[in-house]
Amino acid sequence: MRLTKEDIASVAYLSRLELSEEEKDKLTEQINRLLESFATLQELDTSDVEPTSHVIPVSNVFREDVSRPSLPVEEVIANGPQVAENCFVVPRVVET
Amino acid sequence: MPDKLHELTAHELHDLLVSKQVSAREIARSYIERIEAVESRVKSFVTTTPEIALERAAAVDEAIAGGAEISPLMGIPGAIKDNMSTRGVLTTCSSKILHNYRPIYDATVVEMLSRQRYVMVGKTNLDEFAMGSSTENSGFFPTRNPWNQEAVPGGSSGGSAAAVAADECAFALGSDTGGSIRQPASFCGVVGMKPTYGRVSRYGLIAFASSLDQIGPLTKDVTDCALVLNAICGKDPCDSTSLDVPVPDYTKSLVADVKGLRIGVPKEFLGQGTDPDVASAVRSAVDLLVKLGAEAKDMSMPSMDYGLPVYYIIAPAECSSNLARYDGIRYGLRSKSAADTVSLYEKTREEGFGAEVKQRIMVGTYALSAGYYDAYYLKAQKVRTLLRRDFERAFDEFDVLVTPTSPTVAFGIGEKADDPFAMKLADVCTIPVNLAGIPAISIPCGYKNGLPIGLHIIARGLDEETLIRVAFTFEQNTDYHRRKPAL
Repeated sequence: MRLTKEDIASVAYLSRLELSEEEKDKLTEQINRLLESFATLQELDTSDVEPTSHVIPVSNVFREDVSRPSLPVEEVIANGPQVAENCFVVPRVVET
Repeated sequence: MPDKLHELTAHELHDLLVSKQVSAREIARSYIERIEAVESRVKSFVTTTPEIALERAAAVDEAIAGGAEISPLMGIPGAIKDNMSTRGVLTTCSSKILHNYRPIYDATVVEMLSRQRYVMVGKTNLDEFAMGSSTENSGFFPTRNPWNQEAVPGGSSGGSAAAVAADECAFALGSDTGGSIRQPASFCGVVGMKPTYGRVSRYGLIAFASSLDQIGPLTKDVTDCALVLNAICGKDPCDSTSLDVPVPDYTKSLVADVKGLRIGVPKEFLGQGTDPDVASAVRSAVDLLVKLGAEAKDMSMPSMDYGLPVYYIIAPAECSSNLARYDGIRYGLRSKSAADTVSLYEKTREEGFGAEVKQRIMVGTYALSAGYYDAYYLKAQKVRTLLRRDFERAFDEFDVLVTPTSPTVAFGIGEKADDPFAMKLADVCTIPVNLAGIPAISIPCGYKNGLPIGLHIIARGLDEETLIRVAFTFEQNTDYHRRKPAL
């Protein structure tokens, strides 16, 4: 099944990328080629195979729940593109 | 005092420091001058830090004068790939979206090197967010191969590999998700190791594909590789995937002896698609190891052909999730033309990411989306299990597997830029190792048209010691690692 340019546009929205028309055309071609190359995987019977999400069997790594000093707020927000009063400034998200 | 300190290895510099023949400041100055002399032709660095280097070197000299014990990397100039956090020093991932980002903490590996009082000379260039095989995908500029400036240095740790090969640093750190340490090490004629997944903390490494990423050393010889490993391996409470297992002293594995070592040579990597000259250099290397007492046998790893498609589903899936954090709110670029929140995200990411990164985010988002998850992501994870089993079976019979690091020597700048599929083949030998989470090393084993060829040695999980021993044995009986590019 080939992806259409409209499919690409909807994946771009999910990815929060405002692609140009040229980018959409190019990605439609490239991603379809990639998906075709993935088809070889269907040759393999994996019905009885467990998936590997992680190569080492580690789960639920706990530590003692003790408080530690936090990073200084001034330093944390210093990288923000727009900050005020020790907060990150964002566009309005609530209608007035 | 030797006049070209920058040509020496870390352990040779260490010996000179211990015998008080040179000062850390003299070493630092030699490297800073070398960077000034060659950097315009190689372009290894996104940021150079000569002031920090001189300041740290002066502190080292003061400590030595005060009688401090001289640890192996103390006063040794090192470079850090620009996707590892360095407190107060730009850390860009070679991406416009992080062009002005200054971390407020050090990555654990950087902190561990600093504890040994290494001397940072700069942050090295990479393919944007470590996605690529040539360093041409850097959001700023391509790095060039010191052996031939019309050729790529490999990638994504191309800046680190080029900096070591060009003697701009004594050692460097890289990160390896599908070959990003080993393939550039191969292309630039240096030693590069990807340790076992979990051996080295990833805390402070800016994530690309979290189940595959691993930090490792790029060095001028195998002895230095062991020294840097000693400095960076170990459990870290800040990385829950780091392994709580004893870390051996890797310098104890610097033993020139491969008697009885069982070498498997997977035929999948020496046939069609591999440059015959590269294949013959690898064959000669195996022959030499056999002459030195090892046993070698051709064998087959049938699932290796599936490594590329599995990787190009799993890595983008993890990348699409990891890179969701770049939204223009807390750090980095923010689009100036956005009217509301969603358009702020969309425009910031559109302006900040390069073409390769966007493609991978798109592929990953699609592979994880409702209705396609089973066909792509889950299927790839299952085939990943088959690849792991192939390696497990192989290590029942063999101690190491040997392949080329890459099927060819370094290709020309621009040569594969328009064909991402041809580019991806450069990683066909290295990718399965990341999928299986096991360690592997690349060391120089020959040259073609003046460009280095890499020998790729793979071992079972946590057996970096055997890699060091085999690589050291080969190095002691050859002189490929001593050659220098004419710059």
